[in-house]
Amino acid sequence: MKILVLISNVPDTTTKIRFKADNTAFDDAGVQWIINPWDELALTRAVELKEAGSITHITVANVGTPATEPTLRKALAVGADDAIRVNVAAKDAFEVASQLAQVAEGYDLILAGIEASDYNGSAVGGMLAELLDISSVSAVSGITIADGKVLFNREIDGGSQKLEVSTPVLAVVQKGIAKEPRIPAMRGIMMARSKPLKVIDPSTAEERTAFVKFELPPKKAACKMVAEDNVKELVRLLHEEAKAL
Amino acid sequence: MNFEFTEEQLMIQQAARDFAQRELLQDVLERDEKAIFPANHIKKLGELGFLGMMIDPKYDGGGMDTVSYMLAMEEISKVDASVAVIMSINNSLICYGLQKYGNEEQKQKYLKPLARGEIIGAFLLSEPEAGSDATHQHTTAIDKGDHYLINGTKNWISNANSASVYLVMAQTHPDKRHKGINAFIVDKNTPGITLGPHEDKMGMRSSDTHSVMFNDVTVPKENRIGEDGFGFTFAMKVLEAGRLGIAAQALGIASGAYERAVAYAKERKAFGTVLANHQSIAFKIADMAVKIENARNLCLKAAWLKDNGKSFTIEGSMAKLYAADIAMEVTTEAVQIHGGYGYVKEYHVERLMREAKLTQIYEGTSEVQKIVISRSVLK
Repeated sequence: MKILVLISNVPDTTTKIRFKADNTAFDDAGVQWIINPWDELALTRAVELKEAGSITHITVANVGTPATEPTLRKALAVGADDAIRVNVAAKDAFEVASQLAQVAEGYDLILAGIEASDYNGSAVGGMLAELLDISSVSAVSGITIADGKVLFNREIDGGSQKLEVSTPVLAVVQKGIAKEPRIPAMRGIMMARSKPLKVIDPSTAEERTAFVKFELPPKKAACKMVAEDNVKELVRLLHEEAKAL
Repeated sequence: MNFEFTEEQLMIQQAARDFAQRELLQDVLERDEKAIFPANHIKKLGELGFLGMMIDPKYDGGGMDTVSYMLAMEEISKVDASVAVIMSINNSLICYGLQKYGNEEQKQKYLKPLARGEIIGAFLLSEPEAGSDATHQHTTAIDKGDHYLINGTKNWISNANSASVYLVMAQTHPDKRHKGINAFIVDKNTPGITLGPHEDKMGMRSSDTHSVMFNDVTVPKENRIGEDGFGFTFAMKVLEAGRLGIAAQALGIASGAYERAVAYAKERKAFGTVLANHQSIAFKIADMAVKIENARNLCLKAAWLKDNGKSFTIEGSMAKLYAADIAMEVTTEAVQIHGGYGYVKEYHVERLMREAKLTQIYEGTSEVQKIVISRSVLK
């Protein structure tokens, strides 16, 4: 059984977000890039399944420029067998899904993180399944493979749901899929040097949306301190300024 | 000149950072207070390959360069210098010493499990009356034909209890003085070896330090490292490399305290604004930043020289001397910036300050480094 794990290259989660002068693009100067945390958990689960002998091969795929290769190389160090990069700076989810569609055939199971921590679009997984014309299951929080059968676990209101699915299938995975992301071992880092990383030319897919404007959240207003014995003033502020009373 | 790290070096730095933040940080205060050896953490570090990082993969090591090792040491030391010293001893004294000077049988038998991190080693040179002056070894190793008989006491031995393998220096030919010293690989559970009580240290309390007594300990002849009388040279050459690990450890202690001080200065308010807006604090932080950058550059240059097969004796000594001294200065200032909070354990900086002190003492005191440096300059 072969697994494809989709890897998004995102800014480190502690990055201070800035936009370029006209507020239509993210300013990536000085940004540290990481594997999207959801994708990293998906990859960790894939590696666990491979170690357990449930699957035979893990491929990771990413749509991005050469600058995203360290992220793929890390995925190889963590345990993927090979990597594919579609060489284009995609602008929206449809473009990413379309580019992935040309490399995502022939896998029994495709794992996509529930969202990427940059634009939180939550769209690529479902779109890719549509483009490949295969089934997809959303919000999967557990995957087991037994006797060639793929079983998904989903958290639903008030309980959990167990599904047996036919392959090929795409799982959009979320919290719980793996305990914590795996730290690459020295041996893995060393082996990643010689694992294949294939670069594919982009297809002609085009983006269907464009960024019009980004806005940072408004700054929090300063906190007003009221003396502990001045309840009257507190009530006045809550009534007149905060309009909470 | 190229100051860029490779993709791989950055990946190793990140792996060490993740391990330190995710695994070590959660119980470092408790282990420090109760002097608990970090057995589980060391096991995991071994599995990740951090205990034999620079060893040739054919002996089950990670095959990484010294620059990567320094980056990893800094990240681990930022959070937990006790774990870092265990890692440093195994990597740059034990594994390095065996890979460089051990014979093939010794490598197969001892280096492989050490490089895999399944077992760890200890380095037994210091004695009650031979610290900085290691030429006068009172521990004896009498040649008995097919084996040696070791007697004597070793002091301040890190990993003494947790190690499975000891590298022991002992005098075989007292008339030849330091040229009569030999180095031996000794299994810790050999009859005749006993440990003194656990040393109750000021810092690095989670690493286990004991004195070790040898009473008629039999060591097979094949466990001697190198030719007869090679022991002192072995110890000095190995310590030369070991120094780099301790330099990076001192750097990490400094940068760990610095990062905490910077975060605190941006958050804590006094006189109506954050500490960082007070020049007296901002200038302290500028001084700390310069010292850390200098120490890091010295450390990485020494590592680069080693990786490129060039002599790194002087640069290694400079890196260790400077990093240890600034670790003391930076951690002291980090406590000062934290004020009263810096003096209580919860804020980590007092622990880092206690840990910094040892880096000026072990693996060659700051004074010994100055002997090495001045002799080279003045020769």
